Amino acid sequence: MVSPILELTNINKSFGHVQANKNINLKINKGTIHGIIGENGAGKSTLMSIVFGLYQANSGSIKINGKEINLRSPRDSIVNGIGMVHQHFMLVENFTVLENIILGFEGETVFGEKLANAKKDLEKLCKTYNFNIDLDATIADLSVGFRQRVEILKSLYRGAEILILDEPTGVLTPQEVDELFKILRSLKDEGKTIVLITHKLIEIMDLTSEVSVMRQGEMVGHTKTQNTNKEQLAEMMVGRSVLLRVDKKEIKKGEVIFKVNNLSVKDDLDVIRVKNINLEIRSGEILGIAGVTGNGQTELLEALSGIRKVESGNIQLFGEKISDQDNFLNPRMLKEKGLAHVPEDRQRMGLISDFKAHENLIFGYHDQEPFSKSAVLNSQEITEYSSKIMQEYDVRPNSPNLITSNFSGGNQQKIILSRELNENPKVLLVGQPTRGVDIGAIEFIHQRLIDMRDRGAAILLASVELDEILSLSDRIIVMFDGKIVGEKENKNVTDRELGLLMAGVA
Amino acid sequence: MSNIVVDKSKVPWWVSNVIVPLVNLTLALLVSGLFIFIAGENPIEAVKLIIFGSFGYIQGFAYTLYYTTNFIFTGLAFAVAFHCRLFNIGGEGQAYIGGLGVFLVAINLSFLPIPIVWLLSICGAFLFGAAWAYIPAYLQSKRGSHVVITTIMFNFIASSLMIFLLVDVIRDTNQMAPHTVKLPEAIWLPSFEAFSGILGIKIRYSPLNLTFLLAIASLFFVWFLVWKTKWGYEMRAVGHNTQAAIYAGISPHKNIIIAMCISGGLAGLLGVNEILGVSHKIQAGFPAGYGFTGIAVALMGRNHPIGILPAAFLFGILYQGGSEVTFEMPNITRYMFVAVQGLIILFSGALENLFRPQIESFFVRRLNKEVNA
Repeated sequence: MVSPILELTNINKSFGHVQANKNINLKINKGTIHGIIGENGAGKSTLMSIVFGLYQANSGSIKINGKEINLRSPRDSIVNGIGMVHQHFMLVENFTVLENIILGFEGETVFGEKLANAKKDLEKLCKTYNFNIDLDATIADLSVGFRQRVEILKSLYRGAEILILDEPTGVLTPQEVDELFKILRSLKDEGKTIVLITHKLIEIMDLTSEVSVMRQGEMVGHTKTQNTNKEQLAEMMVGRSVLLRVDKKEIKKGEVIFKVNNLSVKDDLDVIRVKNINLEIRSGEILGIAGVTGNGQTELLEALSGIRKVESGNIQLFGEKISDQDNFLNPRMLKEKGLAHVPEDRQRMGLISDFKAHENLIFGYHDQEPFSKSAVLNSQEITEYSSKIMQEYDVRPNSPNLITSNFSGGNQQKIILSRELNENPKVLLVGQPTRGVDIGAIEFIHQRLIDMRDRGAAILLASVELDEILSLSDRIIVMFDGKIVGEKENKNVTDRELGLLMAGVA
Repeated sequence: MSNIVVDKSKVPWWVSNVIVPLVNLTLALLVSGLFIFIAGENPIEAVKLIIFGSFGYIQGFAYTLYYTTNFIFTGLAFAVAFHCRLFNIGGEGQAYIGGLGVFLVAINLSFLPIPIVWLLSICGAFLFGAAWAYIPAYLQSKRGSHVVITTIMFNFIASSLMIFLLVDVIRDTNQMAPHTVKLPEAIWLPSFEAFSGILGIKIRYSPLNLTFLLAIASLFFVWFLVWKTKWGYEMRAVGHNTQAAIYAGISPHKNIIIAMCISGGLAGLLGVNEILGVSHKIQAGFPAGYGFTGIAVALMGRNHPIGILPAAFLFGILYQGGSEVTFEMPNITRYMFVAVQGLIILFSGALENLFRPQIESFFVRRLNKEVNA
């Protein structure tokens, strides 16, 4: 029996009344890929932040190679051979790869010998693990997949023996994910230990040899990956059995109610991000837009919802032109015409996090009766409505006066969804409906979208989660570099095909 | 390296809104006491003088409330703009121009029934102050010129403009000083003396007048506007998250302009107190820094009318009690009290978060223990 490289015993951590980690025990063996899976808010990230020295545990011990250590800051962890790749990269965009990696570890005032040595070491590392990366490239010029490699390289250069990756695949194309997994496997083969935090079951099954499941701050199970399956893990995560596939019945499509003709849209920097797009959606249909983030989906959704000006072309709702290069209806007018929008980024756009829940539940509808009458808000009506709709959409806790940022991601998303769906829109634009949302809520949100469709709404769904696109959409289009590069009926398409289209290869 | 992480949702409201401001205020006063001690006077005696000067006799108390009136207006002015995340530093200039509004309306329409003159003069003050804030608001919303920069510059422009008017256009030509003629006595706002006269109490002169009630009404107005109307809701939405406001079809341009105009209008009401209530003429430099102190009042009052009232009262005490101290203690000059105000601004504004995390986590831990016990 090998002794574990990292051993956590009885780790407790609480923030105020919230206990984020309860008596956590975890053993991670050297040279393995160990998955930690759990819903959002299950305490995975807190636990790993403790291991990386970002937080200090209230009690419990951490042993590395059998020796108890005290981690007070990330620097202590780095010294002890722990590296972490965060969900959001910590890189200086206008520095080169090399400059980013040595940042904080320059070791000399005027660059000379040490820098040259660092470069040599890094080149060796790159070769060993097949990183295939140009050390003199500027970060800003690199794709997301490469930036992530820079982060991994940075940890390795600093002597990481244990590498923690927090949701590493959220921003990658399927091909980039394959590349990443190759690198992780070769790291394992060289004897490094990898801890993979994820909520994607498929990654756990693909990559890990052992898996630990967390739920509501507790460790609910450890198992060898080969002894389990997706359904079992999902059940452990949420504490009940989950429907992974959405039940969707065939329904007859209706008329085309939403139509986009030759649409081009510029972003804030005056760069054309949507290039001459044509699409139409029928009533009772979900049209999925697949694509890697940043290929024009954001700008497309913003133009369709009346937030962004159209550069050329036009948009039609029920045959009426709602937007062209000269005029566009603002979101409020569009709402009145039956078009609702669940924005991609709920923090930036969908909600005001400092507002109370009831204020967000009427956001955009606040000037309509019964919420306000001749400019005066009707608090009692708003609170009653909020409490009712929070019940209906299972927003927890059902406290309309709680500040929105105190709700979990999934519940914040339910607040937006309840607000936008409650008016029974004829056309619904949805961006990333389940980003950062836990499994239980995903199931609920998907079901609501399907219900809308069955009632005859035309739905446009943009998502970077291929699984989501595949399980919900009737028809799928793929966007790459602002253009539609493929359109498929959902019946005869594989994720491999879509992946190639998304990468702009096919 | 110690990081205190406090779960904000667990902090009771009275800790962040009462205890923390009180601690900051106490610290500011302790440091002020040190200054007074260094200047060679007894800080405790100074405190006694302040309390006596502002509460000890009825005339002193009336002075305190008179200062409070001005601070309520300028504090509310800053708070309204701040809810739309606009830093309106221009209260001083807006108050100055507001004064011009009061005077022009009152002197030109003095033939109307008196209550109507008052009402129209108040409108004049509000509109002139609002108009002076409109220009920076427009520049911010359409051209992106930062409102902090433009409002500061507009204070100087207002000052120069008023000096020009007071010297060359509306000066009382019977004398040399830069002020206007007095308004007809019939339309002066009734003073506190006059009221107490009716009640049969005889007191000496104080500048406190009917405008105090207007200030109290303004507190209600701002509370209602910001939290109970869709306009306030939209202003706050724009202030907290402009992107989200655009998504909901709320126009940031419109709301920036509305918030700034209401803010400028409230600052302009200071002119009602000073001109219709106290001096009955425009004197050069009458806003005398109330516009700037209003920023501190708003920050201390956490931009809420319920907080602004005590904060304005506190500054009223400091103004009135402070002048009492300067009479009695030769080593303490008027500028010492400017420094005291500065310290309060420093501790309750700039250093606001100095002790907040410690205090909040202390209470959160205490309360947790109680729950667990």
